[in-house]
Amino acid sequence: MKFSWSAMALIRRGDWGVLLLGLLVVIALAKHYWMSPPGQHLVIKRGGDVFLTASLQQPFSVNVPGPLGVTQVEVRDQRARVRSDPSPRQLCVRQGWISHEGEAAICLPNQVSVEIVGQVRRYDSLNY
Amino acid sequence: MTVLTIKPTAEDHRIAYLAALAIALMLMEAALPSPLPGVKPGLANIVTLLVLKQYGLRTAVWVSGLRVVAGSILLGSFLTPSFMLSLGGAVASLAVLWLARGLPERYFGAVSLSVLAAFAHVGAQLTIVSLWLMPTVNVFYLSPVFAAAAWVFGLSNGLITAYLLTSHHGNSQHESAT
Repeated sequence: MKFSWSAMALIRRGDWGVLLLGLLVVIALAKHYWMSPPGQHLVIKRGGDVFLTASLQQPFSVNVPGPLGVTQVEVRDQRARVRSDPSPRQLCVRQGWISHEGEAAICLPNQVSVEIVGQVRRYDSLNY
Repeated sequence: MTVLTIKPTAEDHRIAYLAALAIALMLMEAALPSPLPGVKPGLANIVTLLVLKQYGLRTAVWVSGLRVVAGSILLGSFLTPSFMLSLGGAVASLAVLWLARGLPERYFGAVSLSVLAAFAHVGAQLTIVSLWLMPTVNVFYLSPVFAAAAWVFGLSNGLITAYLLTSHHGNSQHESAT
């Protein structure tokens, strides 16, 4: 036989370590970016100005009037979504539920955006 | 009239030949559809790794650099953001491969080098995108997908490289390791 090989011979002992380390990196990144504790607050903006900041803990829904019509935002189970919006392509509605810090649903034509913010309160609700 | 003749050495020929091979793989890959922009198998890295193992880092840098520049000219993306991403990924991979020289070859084969280089590649590209191209978007939100792709393709490219190295060398030095 000219050469003998198997997957085991191609992967050396240290390679297993590197592969394991790589998997750990993937898991750590997924945990950090995807399974981070859900955001605490949401910020609704209209035309660049803050329309409303609220906690995600209490379910509620709110109507945000924009240039095209009313955008309905709903909060339930510590998640938020745009329930309906007059924008033609419905991008922000189709985005569905958002719950993690940094996630946002933006209804550009109606100039309304819903953003989840985390522990660091960029807007103190007491001041509004 | 003076005639200037440049005599290409054997190494020049080798670099040109290997770079052409890497460019062909890169072009092939560009024609393939990808589920997510930026997720590619990186088959050209097999060539980089083979060159690194057989001819050393200097030749690998040449082949990799020529591949990025000539490949982007052929794809029409020279000096565009996608060229910068390609270049950044290549520089980061080579830097990591340079650092990984110190790993004992008995335990760390082509798979290690391939996986490490793939992670460096993806890390550099995400950093470039977040710092320069899309500073307002949280691109790291997608990093687990890119890291997982780097792991899978790093492993597969590493296995291909390791296989090619053993089959070329028949019963060479690595055989005794097991």
